[in-house]
Amino acid sequence: MIYFQYLVDAVGIGVLYALVALGLGLVFGVMRLVNFAHGELLMAGGYTLFLTASWPTPTRLAAVALVVTILALLIERLALRPLRGAAPTTTLIMTFAVSFLLRSIAQKKWSTQGKSMALFEWMARPAFEVGDIKVSIVTLMAIGIGGGLLVAVSLLLTRTPIGLQMRATAMDPIMAQTLGIRAELVVRGATVLSALLAAAALFLFAPQRPVVTPEYGLLITLIALVGIVVGGMNRLAASAAGGFAVGFAGSMVFSLLPRGQRVFLDSAVFGLVIVVLLFRPQGLFESMRKTSRL
Amino acid sequence: MSGIRSLLKPALMGPILLVLTVALSSNLFPANIKLQLLAALVSTAIVVGIYVFVGNSGVVSFGQISFTAIGAFGAGITSMPSPQKATVFPELFPIIRENALGNVSTLVLATLLGAIFALVAGSALVRLSGLGAGIAMLSLLVITRNVLRNWDRVGPGAKAIPGIEQSTGLVQATASLILCIIVAYSYQISRWGRRLRASREDAPAAAAAGISQYQERLIAFVVSGALCGFAGGVYVHLLGSVTTEEVYIRLTFLTLAMLVIGGMGSLWGAVVGGLSVSIINSILFEAQNGIEVGPLTLTLPRGTSDMVLASLMALTLLWRPTGLTLSREFSLPRRK
Repeated sequence: MIYFQYLVDAVGIGVLYALVALGLGLVFGVMRLVNFAHGELLMAGGYTLFLTASWPTPTRLAAVALVVTILALLIERLALRPLRGAAPTTTLIMTFAVSFLLRSIAQKKWSTQGKSMALFEWMARPAFEVGDIKVSIVTLMAIGIGGGLLVAVSLLLTRTPIGLQMRATAMDPIMAQTLGIRAELVVRGATVLSALLAAAALFLFAPQRPVVTPEYGLLITLIALVGIVVGGMNRLAASAAGGFAVGFAGSMVFSLLPRGQRVFLDSAVFGLVIVVLLFRPQGLFESMRKTSRL
Repeated sequence: MSGIRSLLKPALMGPILLVLTVALSSNLFPANIKLQLLAALVSTAIVVGIYVFVGNSGVVSFGQISFTAIGAFGAGITSMPSPQKATVFPELFPIIRENALGNVSTLVLATLLGAIFALVAGSALVRLSGLGAGIAMLSLLVITRNVLRNWDRVGPGAKAIPGIEQSTGLVQATASLILCIIVAYSYQISRWGRRLRASREDAPAAAAAGISQYQERLIAFVVSGALCGFAGGVYVHLLGSVTTEEVYIRLTFLTLAMLVIGGMGSLWGAVVGGLSVSIINSILFEAQNGIEVGPLTLTLPRGTSDMVLASLMALTLLWRPTGLTLSREFSLPRRK
């Protein structure tokens, strides 16, 4: 019975990482760059929550969405657009630098001491109990809202004009522009969408991890990055699936490992990453026929 | 090329003279500044080690610090006197627990550990390129830190290792860095270095010429691992102690920043980047404690040095992506 508990929790975590991975994958697909600083969007949102603790909840959520989106657009305009056309490793290092810059600003302003985000704390309580299994509200919310968002984004991408343009740009940027798609619009759209996905992920992370530190986003970025590489970077669905898989697997492995071995969770997860990169570099959820863009 | 003659080139002498200048001038400063200059020399040794692989292969590796960590911990644990070691870390393997090594032996061990580890990891990982390599190397770093932190049989866990001989003074720091520079230079002018750079410039053409990219990358990876391990050993003998956090993401970022700002593609870039960024960092750090500029005392708020460094790195990438040295080796002005 306890395994059902692990399963439910793992699905909840998996959905959260799918959201973050989708945001990362969107940016990679459209702009051909891996944004190391993506997790810092969540960190910025977290500190916004800390600063607006006394505000009414809907206003707080709007404030976070606004801050995160503006930050993402600023990063794109100042750090990424000038490097359009540069070698991929150059932009990778640039996002590494941006991540460090944002973390050091946060550390300077608020120190490494955690600050409470105080959002949806009521969600951490169990929604219902069946025997030994406690399903917390946040897990249900994550599965429900997160799943709903994933469906909504996929509808956006497949049924709307801007979504079609984003997918076209992701597949073949030059042809897309030749056909009249405005690259700047697509890039800005992708930036905004990935920022909103990050904000949504933060709202669902916050009840379970209510204390924000400068390093809050770093591990999330790492896991989401692993997710899109493991899942497949060429298709957004594959990236999201990869994020889900890594979040799910990490949670399950953690629950199933005996207590003494749990400290080696990181090694297990990242060891798996190396194995996937070596034997299936295009990603677990991609067909073998597609060429890898790695 | 005949031995000594091939080494007496400006590309090698330039970096060495710069290092000697910095080292000798350190005597002009008070003790705390001198210590920071020693740290700058050791950091530059690490950067040179990273450059050997990253600069010659073109593969940006976030994982070289793994070897620095292995070297540092290897040298640190074996340098600790034995009776103390058995008391503080009773879980260690007996061979580590019962024995202690002298200064030079620990450095040799650190180098060997770095090389062996690089050989094992590299044999699998150097096949990868681009983003996949970046992720894989980062994974290596995470795994190394996880194991060193949690495997009580070889490492001190979350505790710092006490009692390490602080044998890295001016002579050891300077000599170590110069040794690293000589090794790096010898590698890059050797046929293996040239072959690797050929495959970096044009992989299909190099393959057509019979160059095995895998083999050349692996050789560079092992040399890089050895140098990074060695530098890690020197580093731990400077600090007198080490924890896993000191040889993890922050050091990875710092050394990468040094390499980027100096110029990823040349040895001169690695040395200039390492020394200049360390010195800037030291100045900013001291300014956080208050320094006198003429009649004024300047005190920067805490945490400024990281911000400035990150900004410098971003600005370099935007305006001078090949670095301060334009990724060229040191050369004397040509006669027109």
